[in-house]
Amino acid sequence: MSQGGSAPPGREVSMTIPVAPEMEIVATAQAAALGEYLAMTRDKIDEVKLALVEACINAFEHADCRDEQLHLTFRLGQEPKGREWLEVEVLDKGKGFDSQAVEKPSPEKTFHNHRKRGWGLQIIKSLMDEVEITSGKTGTRILMRKYK
Amino acid sequence: MSESCKVSSERRGDVAILWTDGYINNQGGEEIAKEAYAQLDRGARALVLNLEKTRIVNSIGISILIEVLEKVMDKKGVLAFCGLTPTIDKTFRIMGLAQYAEIYPTQEDAVRSVTTHTA
Repeated sequence: MSQGGSAPPGREVSMTIPVAPEMEIVATAQAAALGEYLAMTRDKIDEVKLALVEACINAFEHADCRDEQLHLTFRLGQEPKGREWLEVEVLDKGKGFDSQAVEKPSPEKTFHNHRKRGWGLQIIKSLMDEVEITSGKTGTRILMRKYK
Repeated sequence: MSESCKVSSERRGDVAILWTDGYINNQGGEEIAKEAYAQLDRGARALVLNLEKTRIVNSIGISILIEVLEKVMDKKGVLAFCGLTPTIDKTFRIMGLAQYAEIYPTQEDAVRSVTTHTA
């Protein structure tokens, strides 16, 4: 992430979840546990959980993962100035997408229109402090950070 | 899973109050829509959705709530939300739900407001 500060060794948790209904909730339990470890507020933890849910369901629906799994990494870290953060990486081995080509949703396009979906990335960017998306033919990586 | 959303409701005159409990995803959204449409078919003119026992509503669930809101608007009715966590409130505002539905901190405030609309 651009603001600096890396995770010290040992402050990282990895897990793999299958592409299956409601598995995103299993992932949010881990995010909540680490947020509580950092003594983040409940509201900030909720924001991380929803961003994670959106990243997971985006991959479930669109990525066409070759291994039928999502690879998640949770990292705890601290900036040189002292701000602590929780970082979540969601990696899929799917077909990738062009994030620049994704049409930005708006309430005007959503209401009284058949196309009500496509809000996932917008929600992630709105709820997290920093978001990086890299995608290619071998898959997609969404890296998102929330400061305490 | 234990997180699946449960929906219950109560009718107070022209107002139907729906309570959710749990994660609102596509299934939870469909459960809410089913109950909301049943209430509208039975003559309800206003819906109050109390989400105080829900901490996560994903974008699929919200898209279904928008469909419910559109149906209420088509029937010239009114829909109000209450008991939202700050994160759900923020997400509703991002997706524009707050432009078309009313949001109140408490059920009492929401019922009072929609009752005025239906009077």
